Amino acid sequence: MAVSVDEAASTDPVRDHTPPARRLRGRGRGRSVLEVALLTVLAVVMLFPVLWMIETSIKENRDVYAVPAKFFDFKVTMGHFKDVFVAPGGGRSALSVAFLNSVVVAGVSTALATVLGVPAAWAYSRFAVKAKKDQLFFILSTRFMPPVVVVIPIFLMYRQVGLIDTKLGLILIYAAFNVPFTIWMMKGFVDEVPAEYEDAAMLDGYTRLQAFRRFTLPLLLPGIAATAVFALIFSWNEFVFAIFLTSSDSVRTAPPAIAGLIGGTTVDWGLVAAASVVFALPVLVFAYLVRKHLVAGVTLGAVRR
Amino acid sequence: MSDPTTLTTDHAVQVASATPPAPRRPRRLSDRGLAVAFISPALLLLLGMSVFPLLWALYLSFTDYSATRGGQAHFIWFENYTAILTSAQVHLRALTTLIYVVGAVTLQTVLGFAIAYLISRRTHGRGLLTTLFLVPMMLSPVVVGLFWRFMFDAQFGVINSMLGSLGLGQVEWLTQQRTALMSLIVVDTWQWTPFIMLIALAGLTAVPKYLYEAASIDRASEWFRFRTITLPLVWPLLLIAVLFRAIEAFRLFDLVYILTSGGPGVSTETLSFHVYKVAFLGFNTGTASAYGILMVLVVMVLTQLYLRYLNKLKED
Repeated sequence: MAVSVDEAASTDPVRDHTPPARRLRGRGRGRSVLEVALLTVLAVVMLFPVLWMIETSIKENRDVYAVPAKFFDFKVTMGHFKDVFVAPGGGRSALSVAFLNSVVVAGVSTALATVLGVPAAWAYSRFAVKAKKDQLFFILSTRFMPPVVVVIPIFLMYRQVGLIDTKLGLILIYAAFNVPFTIWMMKGFVDEVPAEYEDAAMLDGYTRLQAFRRFTLPLLLPGIAATAVFALIFSWNEFVFAIFLTSSDSVRTAPPAIAGLIGGTTVDWGLVAAASVVFALPVLVFAYLVRKHLVAGVTLGAVRR
Repeated sequence: MSDPTTLTTDHAVQVASATPPAPRRPRRLSDRGLAVAFISPALLLLLGMSVFPLLWALYLSFTDYSATRGGQAHFIWFENYTAILTSAQVHLRALTTLIYVVGAVTLQTVLGFAIAYLISRRTHGRGLLTTLFLVPMMLSPVVVGLFWRFMFDAQFGVINSMLGSLGLGQVEWLTQQRTALMSLIVVDTWQWTPFIMLIALAGLTAVPKYLYEAASIDRASEWFRFRTITLPLVWPLLLIAVLFRAIEAFRLFDLVYILTSGGPGVSTETLSFHVYKVAFLGFNTGTASAYGILMVLVVMVLTQLYLRYLNKLKED
């Protein structure tokens, strides 16, 4: 299923279409400068909202609501970050509980998806399964279902079995949404490990299961780690199921909790910004760790290089 | 990629059944058992959490069931479907969704490809540039929505503040009929341009260098090279990205919920948001299910298209 677009790597800085020497002559140089300028402007536009969010999170309230907006000379405070974790009267804030819930839900659902998805991906890669292509397409298409639509029957189902407003309910639905991704992503990684390794091991007297566990699995570990990180990010960021299937503070994950901050008549934007930064930071770190696999990751394992 | 390494066991079983070599037979059987044991747990979870709910929704869509009223569900067959397909309200949401999907995806594609093209022409700092550009894509829609909502704020939003210092008038971005949908498109474009950029960049760096060298020996113009080499080679991959984004944009819910809640009026209510309103605010579960099933049909068609192109790309 893996798509291979030749052998290129986009982050490789040495590769270029036109040798620089040729490009930099005469008219080419002016153009090059223009291109750099254009890229810079685009980068500033793309990054401005993120920088603004970070800036707002460390601004004193007075400066947050200043008109016209203050870009540079503002008073720095860490108060908003304190408010994220500590409740006004001391003790843990509702937000910090939500963050903890997010860690549990994202972590457990990712583990579940990995445990179910990796063996399935290996089996799809190694064995001639009946209607393999159809099965794989079916698996991927479940991932494309509109969450708002799926949540209606899930809501009724959970109400019947008492999973409404429980972490287990969220974990199950997130795992179900991450399993297709894990299978598609991991199948690509398994395909890259030659089946001959297992054949050789089996000639040496290992069973197929042993061959998988002792020879293929260790080679798959980096791929499993990357896949799990993506699944973690998806569950961490998920909002639609979280808001419809949970309601109490002790169960709610971070996205609905942060969104809940703008419910009242006045909005503490400094707190919203700080909570957003705290929420987004781990994602950015994780995304940076798996940057080599981003193309495969964001296309649900469908496109690979 | 996988074909040469895949073991075609079921073919071998047929051949082997004539004269079974004694020691190999049990292993092949255990292969099949292993495949079933490894695949079925994942499939069971999907059946339970995706297929079964959808089938239930399908059943509900033929009834007048209401989640709040409870009671017995009565079969009313296709009444829900005809009601939805003939409703002017739904048509309006379909139009809004269409404008939103086409507008956002077009903008993203043009911008994303342009950025990718510019980056691919750089020799230095490509890794850093790519990483910086990718940040918006990794953020949660909640964070993105909240933050743009703050920036769009009519009173102390930074955008109006900048407009003000340029001597331009203030705009109520999210609370005006005309600008609200536009703002939504802008935010989605901001978040997902990196996605197109990433995939376009993958395509661009995969174009073999010698093609350009050959073209420049032939003194082909830059535009000619772009049109006859770059575009045809990147297009298949770009199309995948575009279709992927179209499906995602069609399903979009969270950004609308956070940014505008469908308002002002119903000017930013997409189909997804409307389904939510019918289901959770109107509690017409039957109607909402029918509505949802129709959306699923659209998604299925788009997914089929996506997978077909994916297959084509894989075969080339």
